[in-house]
Amino acid sequence: MTTATIDGAPEERTGAEHPEVRAARTQSESRGRILVAGLGFAGIYAAIVLRLIGLGMASDDHTAALDSARAQISTARPDIVDRNGEVLATDVKSSSLYAEPKRILDVDEAVEALASVIPEMRGDDSVRRKLASKTGFVWLRRELKPEQRAKIFRLGIPGIGFMDENRRFYPGGATAGHVLGTVNVDNQGISGIEKTIDQDMGLVELRNLGIVPDRGIEPRRLSIDLRVQHVVRDEMLEAMARFRAVAAVGIVLDVRTGEVVAMTSVPDFDPNHPEQALEKQNMNRATAGVYEMGSVFKTFNSGLALDSGKVKLTDTFDVTPLQFGSQRIGEFHSKGHPLSVTEIFLYSSNNGSARMALRVGSQAQRAFFERLGLLKRIDTELPEVAAPLVPKGLSDVSTATMAFGHGISVTPMHTAIAGAAMINGGRLMPPTFFPRTPEEADRLAVQVIRPETSDKMRYLFLQNATSGTGGSGSKAAVPGYRVGGKTGTAEKIEHGHYNAGKRFNSFLAAFPMDDPRYLVLTVLDEPKAEAGGEGPATAGLNAASAAGGIIRRIAPMLGVMPRYDQPRPAVASN
Amino acid sequence: MNRTDRSIFASWWWTVDRTLVAASLILLVGGLVLSFAASPAVAERIGASDSFYFVKRHAVFFVMALPILFTVSFFSPRMVRRSALVVFAGAIVLLVAVLFFGQEVKGARRWITLLGFSIQPSEFVKPAFIILSAWLFAEQQRRHDLPGNILAILGFIGVEALLIAQPDIGQTILTGAAWGAVFFVAGMPMWWILGLGGIGVGGGWAAYTFVPHVHARINRFLAHDAGRGHGGPMTADGYQAQQAHDSFLNGGWFGRGPGEGTVKRLLPDSHTDYIFAVVGEEFGLLVCALLAGIFGWIVFRGLSHATREEDPFIRYAIVGLVVLVGVQSGINMAVNLQLMPAKGMTLPFISYGGSSLLAIAFEMGCLIALTRRRPQATRFSAPIQIEPAGEPAPAE
Repeated sequence: MTTATIDGAPEERTGAEHPEVRAARTQSESRGRILVAGLGFAGIYAAIVLRLIGLGMASDDHTAALDSARAQISTARPDIVDRNGEVLATDVKSSSLYAEPKRILDVDEAVEALASVIPEMRGDDSVRRKLASKTGFVWLRRELKPEQRAKIFRLGIPGIGFMDENRRFYPGGATAGHVLGTVNVDNQGISGIEKTIDQDMGLVELRNLGIVPDRGIEPRRLSIDLRVQHVVRDEMLEAMARFRAVAAVGIVLDVRTGEVVAMTSVPDFDPNHPEQALEKQNMNRATAGVYEMGSVFKTFNSGLALDSGKVKLTDTFDVTPLQFGSQRIGEFHSKGHPLSVTEIFLYSSNNGSARMALRVGSQAQRAFFERLGLLKRIDTELPEVAAPLVPKGLSDVSTATMAFGHGISVTPMHTAIAGAAMINGGRLMPPTFFPRTPEEADRLAVQVIRPETSDKMRYLFLQNATSGTGGSGSKAAVPGYRVGGKTGTAEKIEHGHYNAGKRFNSFLAAFPMDDPRYLVLTVLDEPKAEAGGEGPATAGLNAASAAGGIIRRIAPMLGVMPRYDQPRPAVASN
Repeated sequence: MNRTDRSIFASWWWTVDRTLVAASLILLVGGLVLSFAASPAVAERIGASDSFYFVKRHAVFFVMALPILFTVSFFSPRMVRRSALVVFAGAIVLLVAVLFFGQEVKGARRWITLLGFSIQPSEFVKPAFIILSAWLFAEQQRRHDLPGNILAILGFIGVEALLIAQPDIGQTILTGAAWGAVFFVAGMPMWWILGLGGIGVGGGWAAYTFVPHVHARINRFLAHDAGRGHGGPMTADGYQAQQAHDSFLNGGWFGRGPGEGTVKRLLPDSHTDYIFAVVGEEFGLLVCALLAGIFGWIVFRGLSHATREEDPFIRYAIVGLVVLVGVQSGINMAVNLQLMPAKGMTLPFISYGGSSLLAIAFEMGCLIALTRRRPQATRFSAPIQIEPAGEPAPAE
């Protein structure tokens, strides 16, 4: 306020003032008062705008309960089918009943109306309590029957709604558990192919953008053959029980395309109960566990030696134990005389293999393993892949031990895919869980050994399985099928020492050997000698017999017909 | 204006505050657009055969309002005053008539049917009376032979009495606020202002004590759970307030999109008192803020004109008109946002209502006319201020 208004009687003074002065005075005076009015309005509009901002903030939370419920349940996923269209994973849709109590006008009326469709609700006090609460969202009943949904829908009760709920269901249970993986409560893939699908399709991004695809999702077809998958799992479970192993792995690859036809790692889990996947013993040993594979590595060693041109099939090597400082390489099936390359493979001679590798050289061995992809993670769609453990530096001792599969740890899948390259004409392809045409395979294939070397490897495989003097591999023989293979019996490292009592047995097989179509790798972790069985816990007895059991059952269903004509060795013994 | 002279338009164009014209046009057009959002739901609910009943009527009023706005904006201050006198005289007659012949709606007589039109005279009396009061206060200062202050006060008492008699508490408050602002800005002595403030407070107290629904509304608001008394039944206005609140939350920053709102189906007054909430749900809080910003612009732009204006009549009239628009829009938005107890008040330009739309067109037309730049009679400067020798110039 100006002093003029307060100090005295304005009427008297205005009378004495010059009119223009008075006008000027009132103008400046009312200017002050207008500013006061302006301040008042500024306050009002500031309050309005602040309130709008506050509501904007609050609105983010407001719909949160409803939206999160919606996102949680209505996320649709594509079905997953096997290579023949059999369903491996699907969404089961059902309607669930929810209420937004804030929107309910008359609780009694709503309860009464709902009870006319679902009579149990009449006596249920919790329903009334839920509806009378002032929350934004409550579930009333999950998984309504379709006719109940229709009736409630027709009642048109305000504040009552439905959500179509999607639940992931795996009809095969644990059969392909490790391949399929699991989804979380939000129906989002968190492991296995389920996770891969989310990433591939950008489902994660879509969901973050608030877009929830609901219809029209094409099923995803896998390379897995459910029948074969079942057989492999069944055989491996049986072998695990028979040889009292702690775990078993079985892999079937199409050697022409690198497709994974079956992959099992038991013990496994049922994806319908995803919590089982968290138990440590249920891990995926096929791609996420690394092991010293042992003698099956002699396959790669032979491939290395023969492909280098420095070693011929007929070359002979001394097999007396090699000594590196205090370390001495033992011989499992000692023959007491020099062995040819073929014999080294058949009798699984550690020292012969080591000498072959040393002749080729450490550098060449490392480069060869690198080419085979044995030194890095497998490039495949499954998220669970482990990196190999490889000696850091190059040394003769590591070269010698890696020749027979010690000192280097890889996953069974590494072994399978490199093994496939040895016998399919020398073409290495990354393994895939999705269908791959031969043309795509040709594009991806990397020539790792010459086709002639691959022919020789096939000869070795066939020899080992049919006429291996030591009988190793013969358990894999299947009447009517030419099965070739290489056994591996490794001792497991415990507390830094090899423990002769704990073994890691494997059998790398392929059929039919004259024109290989499929590769079968079986692995048994810590098998024991069979009670009342024929001998010790060697791969030739346990892993090979499991492989034989698998091939016996899957070959016909994979369209490989039995043949009883006498096989001609693919390569003359030159 | 007996001739549409090109130079008249040109001089209008160069002297008018074009931002105020633009704000008025945006609000007029916006109101028409928004009527598409809110009105059809109401029409369907009351069972009108044509769901665009209110939209069409709004369009008719829009067409009528536009020429009123522009014609009045061409008026000189003298013509504004005279037109206000005519409107005031007509409105007072109707205000009296409405008490005897008016249609009773929701317990109040506010509408009277004249020549087939349903008219709410209180809408027209507001701006006209404010302009006349401004003139009376200004005259009192210029010549002492006219008892302007007394006449204005008597007029105020008369108008307020007629409004309370309807009863229409909202218009009473609005007219009181605008008239009080004029009274305040006109340099009335402080004790008068305090006295008037006392009457206002006393009136509020009286309304709270003697008018049951005012009492109930304020109690509910103070209890701060409008619409959901303590386990008691939901009351109509509390329910509306709650729905309005939820509609803002549903809308969020960007709204659900035109036609996607649900609150308009639940709110009986969604096309009038609660249109702001409908806007919030369908167009989002940012559009609401924009709307508030336009009203704010009109208010502050008008007040800034007033501070520069020398002619007391024009100055007071601008303040009064601006306060009328500002308080009405402010109360409406505040009620929608639950910053105030529920009070039936339309949003100028936006809410459905023929009388309200035509009256606001007249009101804004007057404001635009009065805020035109015109040659100032004198530029007072320092020498004149120090002329009363020996007396210090008033602080300011």
